[in-house]
Amino acid sequence: MFESLAGWLVYDGMGLDPSSRLGAALHFFVMDVTKIFVMLVAIIYVMGLLRALLSPERVREYVRNRPDWQARGMAVTLGAVTPFCSCSSVPLFIGFVEAGIPLGVTFSFLIASPMINEVAAVILVGILGWKLAALYVASGLLVAWVGGIVMQWFKPERWVEGYVWKIHMGQVSIPEQDTTLRGRHDYAIAEVREIVGRIWSWVLIGIGVGALFHGFVPETWVSEHLASGNWFDVPSAVVLGIPLYSNATGIIPVAEAMLTKGVAIGTTLALMMSVAALSLPEMLILRKVIKWQGLALFVAVLAVAFILVGWGFNALASI
Amino acid sequence: MKNIKVLGSGCKNCETVANLIRIAAQQASVEIELEKVTDMAEIMGHGVMSTPGVVVDGTVVHAGGLPGPDQIRKWVTD
Repeated sequence: MFESLAGWLVYDGMGLDPSSRLGAALHFFVMDVTKIFVMLVAIIYVMGLLRALLSPERVREYVRNRPDWQARGMAVTLGAVTPFCSCSSVPLFIGFVEAGIPLGVTFSFLIASPMINEVAAVILVGILGWKLAALYVASGLLVAWVGGIVMQWFKPERWVEGYVWKIHMGQVSIPEQDTTLRGRHDYAIAEVREIVGRIWSWVLIGIGVGALFHGFVPETWVSEHLASGNWFDVPSAVVLGIPLYSNATGIIPVAEAMLTKGVAIGTTLALMMSVAALSLPEMLILRKVIKWQGLALFVAVLAVAFILVGWGFNALASI
Repeated sequence: MKNIKVLGSGCKNCETVANLIRIAAQQASVEIELEKVTDMAEIMGHGVMSTPGVVVDGTVVHAGGLPGPDQIRKWVTD
């Protein structure tokens, strides 16, 4: 449906040639903009209607006072199903510490949260198919699980800013919810506005980059530089992704364009994860609660994990 | 006089919520005392983790995201 709409608009309406670079790029852009935004609004609305979007206050209540493995399992799962704004990272971190949740578990949550969320997962299925979506989600969960454990080995408590330990959190009072259909509808609309308002620019930039890549980067260049089969393809993709940031949804069209041009699947997944989970703004926000040594370790652990994921999938794909 | 606190450490939504409340109070010609709380310890002291949070006369009525116009009117007038 979206493909024929884009074809009609770009090729018939504007008279562009499907084999031209501009035609291909514009077709990609129109198709992905319509498809992704329609899906985005629909998914968030349904989630809001079901009240499936959890608040960090609730997550904290679920995770606290549990044995380590249970707490980590919940932190990873809940991190994956909650699309939090990174501006909530600091209160979230403090709230977890204050509840006595181990730091390793908190790190697991902080890794899973930006990398995976249900909105991005559904869009991944729509754009790249369920196999790739499942691979991305499964390896993301694994990285979050293991990453938190590795962070714990280094005793990260020493890198937490002193004031964090002194904060006492008041009784959590979760405001009452209006559970009538009308209340649910209002809530869902507010969620759509809030989340789409927060991420639309990332998504648009992602689609733009994907479209340019799709239309203007020749396949020969890709096979020479990004899909050379060299061992350093994956590390370069991860290092490239660290300073770059996009929301987990915004990176999907870029991955789509890369895959259709023949970039290896492991390299693409590694770049997606690195872009979504590691970013300069997120680190600057976390710097308020964690000293830079701790942050450097956090970045290093994740970078290594993404490289291993990338190599693993590239090796699997070549068998 | 009603005391309304907006909790949030300087995110854009927090500014917006504070402005919306001020406007709603003017429209309803209700006098309120509006406070912006940016200190993390105090925000957490209210038990709020997702900002912006709104506290009316000591009770947390909202946490996370932008509240709807009906909600805001209720806080100001009730």
